[in-house]
Amino acid sequence: MDLYAGVLAAEPRAVGRAISLIENRDAQAEALIDRLYPHTGKALMIGVTGSPGAGKSTLVDRLIDRERGAGRKVAVIAVDPSSPFTGGAILGDRLRMQSHATDPGVFIRSMASRGSLGGVAAATGDAVRVLDAAGYDTVFIETIGVGQTEVRVVELSDLVLLVLMPGAGDEIQAMKAGVMEIGDIFVINKKDLPGADRLRLEVEYVLSFKNPQGGSDEPVVMASAVNDQGIDELAAALGRRLAQSRADGSLERRRRFRIGRELEGILSRKIHELLDVHVEVSKQLGGWIEELYRKEARPYALVEQQIERFLKDRGKEADT
Amino acid sequence: MPNKIDDARNRWEETSLNKVLNRFPEWREEFVTGSDKPVDRLYLPEGSTEEEYLEKIGFPGEYPFTRGVQPTMYRGRLWTMRQYAGFGSAAESNRRYKFLLEQGQTGLSVAFDLPTQIGYDSDAPLAAGEVGKVGVAIDTLADMEVLFDGIPLGKVSTSMTINAPAAILLCMYIAVAEKQGLERRSLRGTIQNDILKEYVARGTYIFPPEPSMRLVTDTFAFCTAEVPEWNSISISGYHIREAGSDASQEVAFTLANGIEYVKAAVKAGMTVDEFAGRLSFFFNAHNDLLEEVAKFRAARRIWARIMKERFGARDPKSMSLRFHTQTGGSTLTAQQPDNNIVRVAVQALAAVLGGTQSLHTNSREEALALPAEDSVRLALRTQQILAHESGVTATIDPLAGSYYIEALTDRIELEVWQYIDRIEALGGMIPSIQEGFVQRQIQEAAYRTQKDIESGKRVVVGVNKFQAEERPPRDLLKVDPAIREVQLARLAEVKSRRNGERVSATLEALRKGARDTDTNLIPLILAAVQEYATLGEICQILREEFGEHHETIVL
Amino acid sequence: MVAETKKAGFCRILIAKPGLDGHDRGAKYIARALRDEGYEVIYTGIRQTPEAIVKTAIQEDVQFVGLSLLSGAHNELFPRVVELLREQGAADIKVFGGGIIPEEDVRALKDKGVLAVFGPGTVTRDIVAFIESAR
Repeated sequence: MDLYAGVLAAEPRAVGRAISLIENRDAQAEALIDRLYPHTGKALMIGVTGSPGAGKSTLVDRLIDRERGAGRKVAVIAVDPSSPFTGGAILGDRLRMQSHATDPGVFIRSMASRGSLGGVAAATGDAVRVLDAAGYDTVFIETIGVGQTEVRVVELSDLVLLVLMPGAGDEIQAMKAGVMEIGDIFVINKKDLPGADRLRLEVEYVLSFKNPQGGSDEPVVMASAVNDQGIDELAAALGRRLAQSRADGSLERRRRFRIGRELEGILSRKIHELLDVHVEVSKQLGGWIEELYRKEARPYALVEQQIERFLKDRGKEADT
Repeated sequence: MPNKIDDARNRWEETSLNKVLNRFPEWREEFVTGSDKPVDRLYLPEGSTEEEYLEKIGFPGEYPFTRGVQPTMYRGRLWTMRQYAGFGSAAESNRRYKFLLEQGQTGLSVAFDLPTQIGYDSDAPLAAGEVGKVGVAIDTLADMEVLFDGIPLGKVSTSMTINAPAAILLCMYIAVAEKQGLERRSLRGTIQNDILKEYVARGTYIFPPEPSMRLVTDTFAFCTAEVPEWNSISISGYHIREAGSDASQEVAFTLANGIEYVKAAVKAGMTVDEFAGRLSFFFNAHNDLLEEVAKFRAARRIWARIMKERFGARDPKSMSLRFHTQTGGSTLTAQQPDNNIVRVAVQALAAVLGGTQSLHTNSREEALALPAEDSVRLALRTQQILAHESGVTATIDPLAGSYYIEALTDRIELEVWQYIDRIEALGGMIPSIQEGFVQRQIQEAAYRTQKDIESGKRVVVGVNKFQAEERPPRDLLKVDPAIREVQLARLAEVKSRRNGERVSATLEALRKGARDTDTNLIPLILAAVQEYATLGEICQILREEFGEHHETIVL
Repeated sequence: MVAETKKAGFCRILIAKPGLDGHDRGAKYIARALRDEGYEVIYTGIRQTPEAIVKTAIQEDVQFVGLSLLSGAHNELFPRVVELLREQGAADIKVFGGGIIPEEDVRALKDKGVLAVFGPGTVTRDIVAFIESAR
């Protein structure tokens, strides 16, 4: 199967397979991403984060409705945590997006975190590129939803939607700086539960400190995804925020920032892989741990030694 | 305050018991009930007083009904032997009903296929492969007429396992009966009509909870006025147990659903004593015989108290928990199917010792297929042997006073109240379901049970212990695959005969009525049914007006 | 707990309930048990059409689809899923089934491309053994 052509033609099988290659770190994945790269940059990436149970998936489901209503093709990557003990996962977010089960303009892919911290999977960054290249206009990236650690989604998204709900301790969570800095648009879902108004006031209070000069003026949106309430307001807020970020250049800055972060990530990984070829980190690691544990070696000196070895080996290679 | 019995127990433990334990330890560390609750070696009189007896146990036919809902119980009238049946076409099911009645069954119980239960006609795309498989296919009144052809509805009571479209099937039944020349006032029977459990344990819902409750209360009001001998609901715990809950959860979630229905009816303007006497229940008879007996007794006592203290019922009938029982299907095995005959006998005995009003016994091959004639006859014979040969019907609530049974009854009651309180704290059953609380409880219990089976801690004879070489199963019932074509032909024929304009008119009237919550929909449904509107057509109107429910999946 | 040696790498499995049958106790248990065995499991709930199941399988690029059905409609619905997978270029996705399926229907289902059928009394071990041998 020619995955490159298949992805560009948005063939579901090709798109699905391409994402799997990336997830599994298949040797072909990197070449595919490079080939698809010129075709990326068109899709709008919207991160959706918030505590588990806040209703992210249901909200995304409703937003998909609105996107489809506006004639746009939509993709979703929904991330769920892998069990740290068994490595397995139940990927259950798409259950709440069943109304789009047979819509050809909607592509939903669940991903397990596979040990990645940061709220998304390691492969999410490249996976959304595939969806971008396949021509989806909007890509929702739904994180695991553990709040503060979800910084990766900011890197991957053009806009981040932070979903809160009353009574989940979000009042306190909202105060924690990390979470509030992540969001561009704030939604209080399950607005019919007690405490919704109080939560809104608290969130607005914290937001007033965040950007005294500029940034988003968007008010907190009150919604009930299950009852399809507040969704049009949310979609409008997203639209306005997007228009603003295009106009004031912040979208472009953000995308350049993302490329920079990705580049750093690739560099880091590749250097590590390169080092590993000569230094065989995984094989040696056990021995080094022993030496250090017994204080027979010192950590920085040990690593310097390995780098020396690596440079020498590479030098020898260059000579031959 | 130590008493003579306590002292004697201590002495017994220190001497006779220990002597044996030292040489032959018990074969398990801990003994548990079927619901995984600890069971003591021995139960002794709790030093209970006369007051306690009168308050907690009392007399059959009187509050709190622990010992039974009628003063004479089986000495006055045996439980109704009511085998759940139905498959394929109405004609085939009619034959099976006649067979069962000839063999001595005393009431009818109708099983409908999944398309019918979910409001689809046999020609709907989603009905593919499902027509006639788990029950009879009913698309129009014409099918219903064939189903009861030659069966005098005035002489037999009929229970129909139908929930989301219960009102429609009830109307069809009334229409058939009236064609037989009967007065609807005289009709006896039950519709299951318990939509709340569908959301958590059975899955044949159509509409969301609010409009579904409206349909339920409409049937209460209609039956109270027009079909007063009819049980307008069978609030069910059977399926909750089958989904994996334990005994206390089975009772708790059933009674919590019951509370919800009573609340809804009262909100709709009825007074408790007007309708509560016609609420009935449906429980599981599971493996652990003694726990099941205690469960039934606890259920009666709790419901009586709820009706009296919470809802202010005055009529004793409103406080009486009358119930049908089915032996637990999920306990039956595909391996060594004859073992199932024994399981069913033990489970049926539990139901009888527990005071059931009506009983279905499963057949030996039910882990594999619907029962063949001789299997279902044997299941019926099981009930008849219990009734006429075992002697347990000669006295009322024979296990009362057993120290274990009374302790177990009390324990289950306590656990049930705890669940009910938690559900109330969440705002009632509907929020609890939407939030997933109920489903999680059931899931956890189901998970633990299966893990215990897979580890061997819970023995399933013939499956994880005492296996044998399996012989291929004997002739199993097969539903004629041509059933779908047969139904399609019948549907086409009915549609061609009926008056299309009148059908449309009744459907439009129904649509209008659906939009007005003050309108009772039952007469409108009856009008549509009488014009041979199809089940699917009626449900489609309601789907459009009420919307469809989507599962809250809890995993 | 893992009976067989698991192969390296991740394995994604879709557990689905086609048709109108609402009995999901078994499907839910298997989904959870397979997760405990280290698989990535997608469960999409009851009342799924074969079309929706196949669409999900392809988007999720699962290696296996496990169909659970107790209503007797397996002879129509299981082969339909296999057929649709083939039509949509996903013949390599392996289908297995479970539930109330008479022995005499198993042969025909296998002939139509269902690789394994698990009846009542199946334990997790059996399914894991099948998955590992078929991967």
